Amino acid sequence: MKVSLKWLKDYVDIKVPLKELAERLTMAGLEVKGMEALGGNWENIVVGEVIAVNPHPNADRLRLASVDLGGQQVTVVCGAPNISVGQKVPFAHLGSRLVDGHTGEVVTLQPVRIRGIVSEGMVCSEKELGISDSHEGIMVLPHEAGTGMALNEYLGDVILDVDITPNRVDCLSVMGVSREIAALTGQLLNLPEICYEETEASIDSFVSVDIADPDLCPRYCASLVKGVSMAPSPDWLQQRLSSYGMRPINNVVDVTNYVMLEYGQPLHAFDYNKLKGRQIIVRRARDAETITTLDGVERTLNQDILVIADKKRAVAIAGIMGGLDTEVTEETDAILLESANFNQAAIRRGCGYLQLRSEASIRFDKGLSSNLPLLPVERATQLMLELAGGRAAEGIIDVYPGKGESKPILLSAEEVRRLSGLEVSVEQMIGVLKLLGFECQDTSSPSQISVLAPYWRGDVKCGAELVEEVVRMIGYDKIPITRLSSPLPSQEPTLMLDFRQKLRDILTSYGFQEVLTYSLTSLEKLQKLSPELELEIRPLNVANPMTIEQEYLRTSLRASLLSTLSQNQKMEEAGIRLFEIGKIFLPRGKELPREKEMLCAVLSGSRAELSWHGDKEPLDFFDAKGVVEKLLNQLGLKAVFEDSDDGSLFPGREASVIIEDDKVGVLGDLHPKVAQAFDLGAAVCLIEIDVEKLLDKAAEIRRYQPICRFPSVTRDIALVVNEGIAYQKIKEIVQSFPLVREVTLFDLYTGEQIPEGKKSFAVRVVYQSPDCTLTDEEVNQTQEEMLDRLRRELGATLRG
Amino acid sequence: MLEQLQELHVQALDELSRISEPDELELWRVRYLGRKSGVTQVLRSLATLPLEERRKVGARANEVKSALESRLIEKKRIVEEVHLISALEQKRLDVTLPGRPVSTGRSHPITQTLGEICDIFKSMGFQVFEGPDVEWDYYNFEALNIPRYHPARDMFATLWIDSEMEGRLLRTHTSPMQIRIMEKTRPPIRVIIPGRVYRYEATDATHESMFYQVEGLAVDENITLADLKGTLFEFCRRLLGQERRVRFRCDYFPFVEPGVEVAIDCLACNGGGCRLCGYTGWIEILGAGMVHPDVLRKLDIDPEVHSGFAFGLGVERIPMLRYGIEDIRLFYSNDLRFLKQF
Ligand SMILES: [Zn+2]
Repeated sequence: MKVSLKWLKDYVDIKVPLKELAERLTMAGLEVKGMEALGGNWENIVVGEVIAVNPHPNADRLRLASVDLGGQQVTVVCGAPNISVGQKVPFAHLGSRLVDGHTGEVVTLQPVRIRGIVSEGMVCSEKELGISDSHEGIMVLPHEAGTGMALNEYLGDVILDVDITPNRVDCLSVMGVSREIAALTGQLLNLPEICYEETEASIDSFVSVDIADPDLCPRYCASLVKGVSMAPSPDWLQQRLSSYGMRPINNVVDVTNYVMLEYGQPLHAFDYNKLKGRQIIVRRARDAETITTLDGVERTLNQDILVIADKKRAVAIAGIMGGLDTEVTEETDAILLESANFNQAAIRRGCGYLQLRSEASIRFDKGLSSNLPLLPVERATQLMLELAGGRAAEGIIDVYPGKGESKPILLSAEEVRRLSGLEVSVEQMIGVLKLLGFECQDTSSPSQISVLAPYWRGDVKCGAELVEEVVRMIGYDKIPITRLSSPLPSQEPTLMLDFRQKLRDILTSYGFQEVLTYSLTSLEKLQKLSPELELEIRPLNVANPMTIEQEYLRTSLRASLLSTLSQNQKMEEAGIRLFEIGKIFLPRGKELPREKEMLCAVLSGSRAELSWHGDKEPLDFFDAKGVVEKLLNQLGLKAVFEDSDDGSLFPGREASVIIEDDKVGVLGDLHPKVAQAFDLGAAVCLIEIDVEKLLDKAAEIRRYQPICRFPSVTRDIALVVNEGIAYQKIKEIVQSFPLVREVTLFDLYTGEQIPEGKKSFAVRVVYQSPDCTLTDEEVNQTQEEMLDRLRRELGATLRG
Repeated sequence: MLEQLQELHVQALDELSRISEPDELELWRVRYLGRKSGVTQVLRSLATLPLEERRKVGARANEVKSALESRLIEKKRIVEEVHLISALEQKRLDVTLPGRPVSTGRSHPITQTLGEICDIFKSMGFQVFEGPDVEWDYYNFEALNIPRYHPARDMFATLWIDSEMEGRLLRTHTSPMQIRIMEKTRPPIRVIIPGRVYRYEATDATHESMFYQVEGLAVDENITLADLKGTLFEFCRRLLGQERRVRFRCDYFPFVEPGVEVAIDCLACNGGGCRLCGYTGWIEILGAGMVHPDVLRKLDIDPEVHSGFAFGLGVERIPMLRYGIEDIRLFYSNDLRFLKQF
């Protein structure tokens, strides 16, 4: 809400400096987000009155104007065509800073001789004052401008940008903010005096009001003015509306807007003669009933929307926007002025359905007091009579089916202390509450008072809300600083949180960079994970996405991680290792989705950074596998790796990670089509692990292995097998012998000396017994049996 | 024999003096002190000599042998010394060559910050919980005093899964977890809840459609705004520096009463006013307040007996202030040139 300081000063004496005022409002809950000075650099510029205009002796198009500055007269040379005697004009003394009308630069006004005559200053255009781009003529000020007054004092203002929280709809008005300032600075509020003559017959003889749905319209007030003269509003009114960003329209409409800004009560002016049947009916719209609103749009309504209707049709959407049919125009002669109260939720529902908001609706939809409408309708009637003339009908229509009693709230100083920690006396409480307009009464207990909120503070309904009022008036900065003294609740282990941190620590120690990507992604990205662009799971979507890039809840971390990799590949030449630990969202019908913790990592590019030490090899499948093996090893887990058939991965170059017969993840090279779809340059390996399953497995208690006291015997063997034999088979056989402690593959060879279709594994076998030192014979015998089994089961022969 | 020994002695020393390589020393030792050397042969032939001569020659031969042995040790020390010096010289490195790269990874700056925040609150006795990102309208709004059509809904531009009627949404704050925790637990409660939250919002340098919050909740008898002030005061000073000042001002959130906005003095200008703080000297970092009695009552916690505070902290704000990051979008665009700086 933008508030003019000048306007505020109409209602409250502001004696504190502006900066302090802003500070106090901010601390008390009305945050002043900005202050804009209007006018500005107008030093040495004053209001002058043109008392004579004479022709310039040496130039046809120039004139000499005599200007009275209030006790001093000056003569200026003026080329403006619009200058005339009697005008109030801005006059700049020499030395003023003005905008050059032609170049737009700010210049200092110098004495200058124009065609033989020295000008003692200058009368200014709006452009020269920096007000607008208008430079066709001089700026003519309203007649009430005081001759000799500083222009800054007359035109200048400060606009406060005050952030009004949704509970304080009373402060969406100049009056409301003034009231707050008055309370905070201990000043009195000066209310405008409302007084006008009612010269027409009783309003009841012209119109009747009938509220068909009192739930949605607790109150409807109306006045009537006949014989108005439609015209533009005076400058002061236009200026005030403009400073709020409202476009001046005509004297009648401007008055309704002015009073809305002043009191916070939206008003609506109907052209009385266009209403049919001298009757106002407040009712729900009929299904599919239509109305063309003031903005020229035809709108289809439903039964949830409240309308103002005459005998024939809806003439306004209640609290939201008036109808075009009954709009006030230049020909209007009689005005029916509405000031009503509508149900807050109904207005919100209506706005939502119609996708339409207005200055009126943003006030109604926050819940205005039903006590409010009467004063503003009288105030607007008064202003209308002043500005548009006409005759007011006698009386005000006031249909008030929703009248209710407000309930007193009990408050004790102890309650203030219990919630805020602030020690206050009952007198102090009463003092600050009264400043805010609350009525306080004694109760049977001396420490407790009974408080009645003023009508505009419908937001205060309970003790805690009163505590806030007391504390914000005394000052939040007065709240003491204490430490929690209540007993510590028992703590539970945070397994998942800790496990994620452990995974993060391990992966970063392997050189992986953590990324965090959006939970929302596009369908297209998720589809790209499959070479056939098929979705395994239909992801949950947002009904009102901001962009199509963020429309679907991810069912996989892969898509965003691959996109991140792709973006970074364009910048980074060295190898990239990324991971994310995060949630995926698996739909479960109409229930909340299952949110599952996953880990995804990608590797791509050269294994080592570019360096003179070499190793320029690209990262590959076995780097990814090494990471998984080591990670599981650090978690005390052992996995087997089996061929897998994951859609995103390269067939034959991918493996399932299996722990205790349970698949916990997958790793492999990315499918070339998927790589292409994500615009990935270098080959990419991907790892994906189900963090929840892994946590489950890793949670088991680990036991230490005693260190063996007896020496081990190491033997290297080279085996030749058919190309199709997996290493795992050899390892399983070797490991099945109890004396084998360790088996390590240290070479894999095909080529010269090895027959076509065969390959050679070189493995180092470490033999050790926990009970004794092994003899050569024992080792030889075991190895014989081992080679025999390898030959029988796998056709393996010793390499010659 | 004695002359022979004398000759050998002179010859051996002469040869030794010309040796400079360690392996030549061994050859010399074999030649003059080995089993086939002259001295050894003289000693071996002693038995054939008459007693008188045997004694003389024997003594002399032993003298020569031990003299040669000690000269050998001495020479060996010198030769090795010389050799080491030249070897050291040969193995000199260009120490300015770059080292072998150690590949490093880092956790995301937001993860790091979340860790720090959680650690501070944990040390103050807060238990960490987490909750779902996709929530029911009930937890996100209704139970927090924001029923349908409540004006405060304007404060939370919401991404809906369903239409507003069916009620699934992406949580707009971490506050729904206040309700979920109070449904299950009785006071004393002292928890924090970190997590992602979402808004229907166009992104710019200071707005994201997804960001992280840390919610805090403490409920028991005798918990006051002063306790909230003390807790947050300590938190801010531990996270952002002992010299930080903390400001409480009145603000509105429907589920707390009284409501508070908490600001710290601007890190960039130390409260003097600059562009970062909008020339106010203060930077808002969290919203907080005393849990609204209506919220407690709905969860069967008697607001006459129990009171509690709650707060919601925006996480991105912290590294932005700390490192002078001016664009919030950098966090989730994951440019390695950005991430590698933390
Ligand atoms: Zn600053």
